Amino acid sequence: MSEELLKIENLTTSFRIVDDYYAAVDNVSLTVKKNEILAIVGESGSGKSALAFSVMGLHTRAKMEGHIYYKGQDIVNLPPSKLNKLRGKEMGMIFQDPLSALNPLMIIGDQIEEILILHNSKLSPKERKTKAIDLLQKVGIPRPEHTYTQYPHQLSGGMRQRVIIAIAIANEPSLLIADEPTTALDVTIQLQILDLLRKLKNDINAGIVLITHDLGVVAEMADRVAVMYAGQIVEIADIYSLISNAQHPYTRSLLNSIPAGNEKQDKLHVIQGIVPSLKNLPRKGCRFKARIPWIDESAHEENPQMHEVAPGHFVRCTCYKGFHFPDHN
Amino acid sequence: MALLEVKDLKVYFPIRTGLFNKHTGDVKAVDNVNLSIEQGMTYGLVGESGSGKTTTGRAIIGLNQITSGNVMFNGIDLAKGGRRSHLNVRRDIQMIFQDPYSSLNPKKRVWDIIAEPLRNFEKLSPQEEKKRVLELLEKVNLSPESIFKYPHEFSGGQRQRIGIARAIALKPKLIIADEPVSALDVSVQAQVLNFMREIQKELNLTYLFISHDLGIIKHMCDRIGIMYKGRYVEEGTTQDIFNDPQHIYTKRLIAAIPDIDPTRREERLKFRDSVKTEYEQAYRDYFDEEGLAYPLKSVSATHSVALPGRG
Repeated sequence: MSEELLKIENLTTSFRIVDDYYAAVDNVSLTVKKNEILAIVGESGSGKSALAFSVMGLHTRAKMEGHIYYKGQDIVNLPPSKLNKLRGKEMGMIFQDPLSALNPLMIIGDQIEEILILHNSKLSPKERKTKAIDLLQKVGIPRPEHTYTQYPHQLSGGMRQRVIIAIAIANEPSLLIADEPTTALDVTIQLQILDLLRKLKNDINAGIVLITHDLGVVAEMADRVAVMYAGQIVEIADIYSLISNAQHPYTRSLLNSIPAGNEKQDKLHVIQGIVPSLKNLPRKGCRFKARIPWIDESAHEENPQMHEVAPGHFVRCTCYKGFHFPDHN
Repeated sequence: MALLEVKDLKVYFPIRTGLFNKHTGDVKAVDNVNLSIEQGMTYGLVGESGSGKTTTGRAIIGLNQITSGNVMFNGIDLAKGGRRSHLNVRRDIQMIFQDPYSSLNPKKRVWDIIAEPLRNFEKLSPQEEKKRVLELLEKVNLSPESIFKYPHEFSGGQRQRIGIARAIALKPKLIIADEPVSALDVSVQAQVLNFMREIQKELNLTYLFISHDLGIIKHMCDRIGIMYKGRYVEEGTTQDIFNDPQHIYTKRLIAAIPDIDPTRREERLKFRDSVKTEYEQAYRDYFDEEGLAYPLKSVSATHSVALPGRG
């Protein structure tokens, strides 16, 4: 059950800007087990998508250091020819924007069959078609035979997202990476897609990495959560501890800034400042320091480390101790 | 008297087919919508994409042609007359757009962006204009140096505040905010929402707040209208809608809001299943043969629901 599917060790992914490399993913370590949903949360620019793209080997010009073990095999800097044997077969990816992830000039059926041809060449054309239609049915498309012959522009956003999911699960991958799978969708459709992911997890026993900025979705879906800020994981814990007992100032600020709706808050908490851009990231000290200026300098660690506050619950930097929100902001 | 009163608003888009472009039917984007907003209140318009909420907002401000109905603003019917009529009234209605990345002209400086409505309606000397722009920037908490910058130099939240500065430049009475925060991160979202509330108090603004996010609607609005396929399915105060939803569609929408408490997960799943079953079973009772909602019937002084013509 608790078999490690994906193990990331000290992964650093850097991009070149002018003459220098800047780390968008900075020394990240985490694991994903079978039949587990790990959510990665953070604002835009926190490096969560860069992390997902690193795992899939989709960065063409990035410098990657560290290790990504998929079922024990290190896949960092693996040549594309070898990666292609894994991608789409062992690892599936669900992209954020279903319109730009689908080819506008190909019918849906061909786009699903494409991935079957690449990894499952023994199927006859007829079998492939049956399989493609089965997949469309599985993701809850009402008239799969009809949709098979349609083009992406003829489908609604929710339907397109289902097609993307159908492609991602076509070869029953063990690991699914979902990058903001429901951000572009309405709440009722979002619910259906999340239900579908949950069902897939149980059906094919997959491990899922769910990337999102919506803490509501995280609370509904995740088993464990990693919170990312400025390229680093600042807190990682199981979902129950993270929601009820969040420690890091960033996690607490995020939780406080959503309109929970339970009681009428007059004002939502606002995190001061903005996520620093890749070039302006503070490379020393606590990266969140600039956004909580009312906290005393001495509360931060010089070289922030992960601290285990409870079994399996890690927090970066010492500034979580005695952290408080300003009286009014 | 209400500041804005919309009566039987219809916005139809014609479908033309065949060799002679014959008018063969209509897409009923907005079909018989009634709403009224009191001065200083926030009215939320909720619905899925394609429900007609944005079209309603755009029809009120004059960006979509109205097929029939009345839009009474301060006692004047905006639906009558051509595109350029009532210009002096229209300055009192402004809009905040969804995407702060595409609603600001990238080739213009912030000064020109914010001054555009002023130039349209008020003849100001360059000094006066600059003074007004600086005042507006101060109001939205942007630094005075920003006037010479271009939109790409700002973050999403800052851009949305530039959009707000432009919207409040003419001291409008009504602001139509079409998904003003859905393109923003949660933390920035909080900032913009707080800010919208502050200026509402300060300038006694009235908002028509269009969104698909019920959490935000609940946080911001006094009254809520729920739309489905161009028609209203339910209307009431925020308490009516969230504590006592009557229409199955509303129930389903509310049940779909993600819950922040993971300990209630199982409970939520069961609850959603029961709502889903109810929705499927009662669908025929709540919608007519075309799948459209029935006309609204009031169930209390503040609350009306689209129930079929029984009882």
